[in-house]
Amino acid sequence: MEAFSRLVGTTPPQTPDDVKAAAAASSAGFAYGLAAIGPGIGIGYLVGKSVEAMARQPEAAGMVRTTMFLGIAFTEALALIGFVVFILIGL
Amino acid sequence: MLGLEFPKINEVLRWQDIFPSFNKIALIAVLATIIGSAIFLLAGRKDGSVAPKGIRNLAEIMVEFIEESVVMQTMGKKGLKWTPFLLSLFVFIYLCNVPGIIPIFQMPATARIAIPLFLSVLVWIVFIGTGLKHQKGAYFGHLLWPPGVPVALKPLVGVIEFFSTIIVRPLSLTVRLFANMLAGHILLVTFALLSEAMFQAETNQPFLNIGGILPFFMLVFLTGFEVLVGFLQAYIFAILTAVYIGTSLEGHGDEAH
Repeated sequence: MEAFSRLVGTTPPQTPDDVKAAAAASSAGFAYGLAAIGPGIGIGYLVGKSVEAMARQPEAAGMVRTTMFLGIAFTEALALIGFVVFILIGL
Repeated sequence: MLGLEFPKINEVLRWQDIFPSFNKIALIAVLATIIGSAIFLLAGRKDGSVAPKGIRNLAEIMVEFIEESVVMQTMGKKGLKWTPFLLSLFVFIYLCNVPGIIPIFQMPATARIAIPLFLSVLVWIVFIGTGLKHQKGAYFGHLLWPPGVPVALKPLVGVIEFFSTIIVRPLSLTVRLFANMLAGHILLVTFALLSEAMFQAETNQPFLNIGGILPFFMLVFLTGFEVLVGFLQAYIFAILTAVYIGTSLEGHGDEAH
C-alpha cells in the first residue's frame, strides 16, 4: 500500500481553514488526554478496593465483582464522553 | 518522515445502501433480531419437562443468566417479570456488537449512534412510565426530592436531581454503548491498516516488512478484547436498565414500605 511511503507534509498553516484544522488536531488530542486522567484514577481505585474486598471475604466475591463492573461502567462513561468530543472536533 | 495515511472517517463508518435506505448496519440489526427471536422460538417448541438439550439448553442458559446476574442482583424477586424485556435488550445488543469481529461484516451495528440512542430512549420511557404507574403522581416528588432533604436546599437539589435522572441517564447509556463500540472499531481498523501497510511497504523493506508482525499481534489481541467488550457492554446496558426500573418500582425506599 502506498500509504506508508507518502511523506507527511510539514508546511506551516497558511489559510484560515488550515489554521483551524491545525488547532482542531492539537486540541482534540488534549481533549481526550485530559478526559482520560480522572476515570483512569477512578477505575484503578475502584478495582483495587474491590480486589481487597474479595480477598477479605471470598464468599462475597460474586457480589463484589458485579458491583465492580457496574462502577467501572459509570466511570468509564466519562472517559468515553471525552472520546466523543475528540471525534467531533478532530475528525 | 513516514506516516500512515488513515482514510477519512466516513469510509470506515458509512456503508452503501444495499437497496434504498437499507445499508449494512440495518442488515446486521435485522439479522440480530431474526437470530435472537429464532433461538427462543425454536427452544420454546421443545419439551420443558425433560432435561434441556441443544438449543433449549442455550435458551435456558441465557434466561438463567439474566435472572441470576441481572434481575436478582438489582430488583430481587419482584423484578422477575421484567426478565423478557431485559433478555431481549441483552440479546439484541450482544448480537449487534458481535459482528464487529466476524470476518465478512466487521462492523458493530451499535457503532453508529442510532441503535444505542433509540434503545436508551426506550429504556427512558419505560422507567419513567413504570414510576408513574406504580407511584402515580407522587413519582416526580420522590424522584426530585429524596426524603431527608432540608427545605432550604430543595430548589438546588431538585435541579441537580432533575438533570441527573431525567437528562443524564439516557445520554450516558447512549454514549457508553456507542463510544465503546466506536472506539473498538477504530482501533481494530487502525491496527489492521498499520499491519498491512508495514507488510507491503516498499521503502525500508527489511525493517518494516518484518516489524509488521507487531501490529498484527496487537490486532489479534484487540479482536479477543472486543469479544469481552461486546459482551460486557450488553451486560452493563441490561443491568443499568434493571437498576433504573428498580428505583422506579420502589421509589427511594422508605415511603411505600
